[in-house]
Amino acid sequence: MIKQERMQVIKQQEIAKQIFELTVQGGLADEMSEPGQFVHIRVADSFEPLLRRPISVASIDLEASQFTMIYRAEGRGTGLLSEKKPGDTLDVLGPLGHGFPVEEAQKKAYLIGGGIGVPPLYELAKQLNARGIETVHILGFESKQAVFYEEKFRALGDTHIATVDGSHGTQGFVTHILNELPSDFDTYYSCGPTAMLEAVQWAYPQKKGFLSYEQRMGCGIGACFACVCRTTKSETDYIKVCSDGPVFPAGVVIS
Amino acid sequence: MTDLTVKLPGLKLKNPIMPASGCFGFGKEYAQLYDLSQLGAIMIKATTVETRLGNPTPRVAETASGMLNAIGLQNPGLEKVAGQELPWLEKYDVPIIANVAGTTTEDYVEVAKAISQAPNVHALEINISCPNVKLGGITFGTDPDVARELTRAVKEVSSVPVYIKLSPNVTDIVSIAKAVEEGGADGITMINTLLGMRMATKTGRPVIANITGGLSGPAIKPVALRMVYEVSQHTKLPIIGMGGVTNVDDVIDFLSAGASAVAVGTANFVNPFVCPEIIGQLPERLHELGFDSVEELVGRSHRL
Ligand SMILES: Cc1cc2nc3c(=O)[nH]c(=O)nc-3n(C[C@H](O)[C@H](O)[C@H](O)COP(=O)(O)OP(=O)(O)OC[C@H]3O[C@@H](n4cnc5c(N)ncnc54)[C@H](O)[C@@H]3O)c2cc1C
Ligand SMILES: Cc1cc2nc3c(=O)[nH]c(=O)nc-3n(C[C@H](O)[C@H](O)[C@H](O)COP(=O)(O)O)c2cc1C
Ligand code: FES
Repeated sequence: MIKQERMQVIKQQEIAKQIFELTVQGGLADEMSEPGQFVHIRVADSFEPLLRRPISVASIDLEASQFTMIYRAEGRGTGLLSEKKPGDTLDVLGPLGHGFPVEEAQKKAYLIGGGIGVPPLYELAKQLNARGIETVHILGFESKQAVFYEEKFRALGDTHIATVDGSHGTQGFVTHILNELPSDFDTYYSCGPTAMLEAVQWAYPQKKGFLSYEQRMGCGIGACFACVCRTTKSETDYIKVCSDGPVFPAGVVIS
Repeated sequence: MTDLTVKLPGLKLKNPIMPASGCFGFGKEYAQLYDLSQLGAIMIKATTVETRLGNPTPRVAETASGMLNAIGLQNPGLEKVAGQELPWLEKYDVPIIANVAGTTTEDYVEVAKAISQAPNVHALEINISCPNVKLGGITFGTDPDVARELTRAVKEVSSVPVYIKLSPNVTDIVSIAKAVEEGGADGITMINTLLGMRMATKTGRPVIANITGGLSGPAIKPVALRMVYEVSQHTKLPIIGMGGVTNVDDVIDFLSAGASAVAVGTANFVNPFVCPEIIGQLPERLHELGFDSVEELVGRSHRL
């Protein structure tokens, strides 16, 4: 069920260059189950900045009624978010949308992420491993300074890192790594920039895949038609990223 | 007991608060959060004859205390709205105000005629003011003669009272209001969004794919208040006011300026519970200000 709650900030720290890890606590976390869902956050009590910011759930701790987000402090809203400290409260709306279907993977899954698309793959990797699925993580970042959670992913399975400037791991994009890896998996899951999602779909036309999309949002719950994309189904068919997605099967969304 | 009820043509409202068109879909999403029967009314998303896919994305951009949108009247079309969305809303004890849009007079007439026959549609809101569709829409709302004739045409076929939604993107809003009054309108809703732009500073490109979008949110409240104040002095038509309402005091201000009821748009995105919250706070706030009913407050600025 979707809730709006003033959640308690438990922890906030910078884990890579401009990348923050934020943990919050409250009853809303008890509603979370699917990896890949997101929350819509109000960063100020005033109307400036006005709109909520969509941020993915990076990990869920049901026992502690907590969840963690990882985000890049870039613009106004995420900048203000990065100033929140333990003891502060945070206005959260969620959990929203439909996440990654974990039951689709049979034996081995590739988890392919780029930049701030990496965070939701962490909860996904945890849940897939809990189901006995082998996960391989292929993660792309700008540079060494922007890399986060490498060890955490490694603890769950084979992990390959690409950086655009070559300062860590393979130089280039995740697709450079994918070219070198065997295609011995049954399902892939991906989240990142649209160009990356396109390239990944191209690389594995025969495989079952699930992709998480980004769009500018208003309401975040399906009412305003801000986040619409067309689909391959028909000329008049469309989806809303916020409420029908953000995760869709490969080959569905025209981005 | 504070009396929150408001009587308007076609509408017996429990309270003066309703979500504005386009900011509440057809109610389903917000129904996950609270009981829609609490609302005074619901203004549903604009309906056109055919399914509309709307504009390319990005369709929204944040601005100082506001936002731009260029959704482009995306909606499932008359058949689906009348056949699925409206029947779904029947389980709630709340009157529906159906927002009607189109590109030609014939479009408006076709939608108005059909949708006004739905049992839970108690009034129409004719959107002659959407800034985001090319052809029609905005031109209907910026020319008094065109607005008058369209009002007449719609009045002729509608089975329920007709409210005309005015555009703020005009030099003289009073002349448009008078024209629709002559055309036989039963009421006015105002304001729609103000045409605006935002640039991506790094690239110099407009952020909205449609280039321009409609400005809404707290930033436009002063403009909306001024227009409600002016129009309410020059027509006898009741006004449902909107533009930047986020809290109970904003509602008081619109009523004081001359609105009989108030719609809340963009604020639903920021606080999805804003409508029931305002409704909850209204009796106490009225009491504090020394009023026993909403109706006593309407147009009080003109009597001071
Ligand atoms: C479903 C979903 C999940 C996301 N998960 C994460 C995450 O886990 N970590 C993370 O760092 N980022 C994530 N993002 C992107 C994040 O929402 C933007 O980085 C953030 O909104 C930027 O806000 P700002 O105030 O810093 O930037 P500003 O430029 O000040 O934002 C202005 C407006 O544009 C919107 N906006 C700007 N960039 C984006 C974007 N890329 N996507 C959508 N809206 C945008 C903002 O929400 C705001 O309304 C996600 C986006 C979506 C749609
Ligand atoms: C995303 C969005 C979609 C809208 N769609 C419609 C619409 O379909 N028909 C209409 O008459 N007005 C539409 N509007 C205008 C609102 O109903 C309202 O007139 C305007 O936003 C001012 O109120 P606000 O500042 O409270 O949002 C829309 C506004 C927004 C923000
Ligand atoms: S953000 Fe409003 S419909 Fe998706």
